[in-house]
Amino acid sequence: MNALLDLKQVAAAYGASRVIAGLDLAVADGGITALLGANGAGKTTILRAICNMRVRVTGELSFSGLSIAGWQTEDIVRLGIGHVPDGRGTFVHLTVAENLALGAYTRRDRAEVAADLDRVYGYFPRLKERVAQQAGTLSGGEQQMLAIARALMLRPRLLLLDEPSFGLAPLVVQEIFRILRRVNADDGVAILLVEQNANLALELAHDVYLLETGRVVMHGPAARIAADESVRRAYLGY
Amino acid sequence: MDAFLHQLLSGLANGGIYASLALALVMIFQATHHINFAQGEQAMFSAYVALTLIQAGLSYWAAFVIALGFAFVSGLAIERILIRRFDGAPVLSVVVVFLGLWFVINSVAGWLFTYNVQAFPTPFPDQLGSRFLSAHEIGMIAMTLMTLALVFVFFRFTPLGLAMRAAAQNPEASRLVGIRVGWMLALGWGLAGAVGAVAAIMAAPIVYIEPNMMAGILLYGFAAALLGGINNPWGAVIGGLLVGIIENIAGAYVVGTELKLSVALVIIVVVLVTRPAGLFGYPVVTRV
Amino acid sequence: MAAAMHTSKYAAPARARWRTAAMVLLLLAAALVPLVVSSFHLLQLTMVVNYAIALLGLNILTGYNGQISLGHGAFYAIGAYATAILLERTGIPYWATIAIAGAICLLVGFLFGLPALRLEGHYLALSTFALAVATPQLLKFRGVEKWTGGVQGTIVPSFAAPFGLPLAWDQWLYLFSLAIAVVLFVVARNLLRGATGTAIIAIRDHPVAAASMGIDVAMVKSLTFGVSAMYTGIAGALSALVTQFVSPDSFSFLLSLSFLVGSVIGGAASISGAVFGALFIEFVPNFADQISKAATAAVYGLFMIGFMVLMPSGVAGFLALVAARVRAWWR
Repeated sequence: MNALLDLKQVAAAYGASRVIAGLDLAVADGGITALLGANGAGKTTILRAICNMRVRVTGELSFSGLSIAGWQTEDIVRLGIGHVPDGRGTFVHLTVAENLALGAYTRRDRAEVAADLDRVYGYFPRLKERVAQQAGTLSGGEQQMLAIARALMLRPRLLLLDEPSFGLAPLVVQEIFRILRRVNADDGVAILLVEQNANLALELAHDVYLLETGRVVMHGPAARIAADESVRRAYLGY
Repeated sequence: MDAFLHQLLSGLANGGIYASLALALVMIFQATHHINFAQGEQAMFSAYVALTLIQAGLSYWAAFVIALGFAFVSGLAIERILIRRFDGAPVLSVVVVFLGLWFVINSVAGWLFTYNVQAFPTPFPDQLGSRFLSAHEIGMIAMTLMTLALVFVFFRFTPLGLAMRAAAQNPEASRLVGIRVGWMLALGWGLAGAVGAVAAIMAAPIVYIEPNMMAGILLYGFAAALLGGINNPWGAVIGGLLVGIIENIAGAYVVGTELKLSVALVIIVVVLVTRPAGLFGYPVVTRV
Repeated sequence: MAAAMHTSKYAAPARARWRTAAMVLLLLAAALVPLVVSSFHLLQLTMVVNYAIALLGLNILTGYNGQISLGHGAFYAIGAYATAILLERTGIPYWATIAIAGAICLLVGFLFGLPALRLEGHYLALSTFALAVATPQLLKFRGVEKWTGGVQGTIVPSFAAPFGLPLAWDQWLYLFSLAIAVVLFVVARNLLRGATGTAIIAIRDHPVAAASMGIDVAMVKSLTFGVSAMYTGIAGALSALVTQFVSPDSFSFLLSLSFLVGSVIGGAASISGAVFGALFIEFVPNFADQISKAATAAVYGLFMIGFMVLMPSGVAGFLALVAARVRAWWR
């Protein structure tokens, strides 16, 4: 399958401190790729590097065959990448409806946007109940749903998720991951997932990268990684 | 009682001007966390553009619209060409840049249009006047209300207005939905410029047009914005109306016109000492 | 930026010796100036010295303590009027009036600083701006006309150089101001390098951390305001002697704005910045006037913007950067 997102020899630094070096990473069109690793391994930095946020990036980055190196964040995103950052990036002073409307800001196809809005409320009925509520007053789980919903309103080809399970109750997390699987299966949206919860990630993903201090130490199909002894001991706890 | 009512209503009319300027200041502040000290001068220059067009033979309202267009474009240009260079610069440096801009615009206006005090026409016919308010004062209130209403509708109900609000509140998240934050800032400046121009054109018939006409008004607008809470547009409007009333009452009943500026400011400072975030502002809670 | 400015007392001894030598040479040159320049230029240079003192006061408050003031012209005015009134109505010698003016401003500044503590950033800017705007109006106020001379102002007498020195009054005044400036600069430098200075700077950079380390933030901030006002008040008192005349309109809010501009352009978080700033506000307006009579202020404004584009941390900051680069290249 052709790579939708292709990173070759990518390095990223905050000022003078290099966090990632020599990174080769690919996400298949319609595939689900997981980035695993301990805190500080550089997983969030990779997502930021893809969108050219806050880090200095060098190397080759291409999306759907188009080189996006050096592009502004807002232009990269307009190619069809929905990024749900750590901290969720919700517009806390705006309402749920306004947040979702902003997700579709760059789209011109009004009828399709309306259809997507219905679909998104279908995935997350709780959001529909809170349509006029200020996003900052939503619970953690609801804000996460809102963040994902907003990214989906872009009708992205690739979804970047930074620790979607962080700080959420297990039932909510299950719900979210179920939706992610559905979105991938029904709409062919590719997913690049950063997760600390290795179990969840291995269940969902097709392809897995294991990161340690800014470098890939293992890469392969999820089943193989999950079966690996050292991975099980280090990341799965048994 | 009659006189008091007149002072009150007249204060409200002036307050509308202060409210417009305060709103312009808050709009830029919300997006950039900077006070545009040159806002008054931009407004004054736009008023001169209107006057020049009227003197050249255009109708009042045609000149008005063109002057507003000029204010919008020049505000946008100033942001794109000059202000964006200071993104991330120390606050005081940016203050000096704004003050420099004040001097430049003021001086160029004096050079182009002379420092002579000139009369400025009012489009509101005398019949509109009542016992308490002159025709122009009534027109001023109407114009202010209309401007504020349009601004409100724009920000609340249009996609562009929503994008601008988002860009002001959370630039990073805005980029993630594809908003071109830089241009949103420029648009904000353009709009603020236009709103300020309305204030100047409405004030000119009363204070007469000359290059220094807006200094006092800017100060009141600044005070009004802070009184209302610098991060609250509604507060800016209410603050402006209050300042207008306070100024008039203080001038008429307390100290006379010489000291009324000082008295008004003192009152505002006292309020701020008791409510540091302004009447309607929210104290910004930051993590230590 | 501030760290580069605030030279540690543990700086290399060799560097310190070069610096002191350079300072002494500069001072000698400055002291000899009255012998070679015209009366008019001497007046300008005396004003530069006064402004440097005033700006140092502002730098202590704004650059080092992080409290903004758009109203320091008020303290300058208080200092000037204190000297004028004391000289007219009492027999107190002129040099004593300078000290009294300083003391008055210290008190007033401290008292102003106490409630102003609760205000931050733009709110404090507005309050101090209110002070700046109110000052000329209060000075013109009929109620105190007896003392202040009202709109017309008051004349300040001149005297003779002391100890029978063969100097004209303006020459002596220049040296007198210079001497006071040196003393005040040394005091400021020692203050800012010591424990108090650390407390002052800590409050600017991280008030919460400063408080949790036991610094009495309120007291330090108010005292800093007082000291800052005192410096500017002394400068004002000296200026009254120089111009031999005080009137309300010389102390408009434009003066306060000039001080702020001078402080930032010179480099607000530095001591040498006060000198650069003083040079700017004394000479650039005249220079601008020479460039264009019709749009003097525009040229001045362009200078202001230009300086900020090229040197956002002020002249002192820029020079420190250059010095660091040169030192790095030298190695």
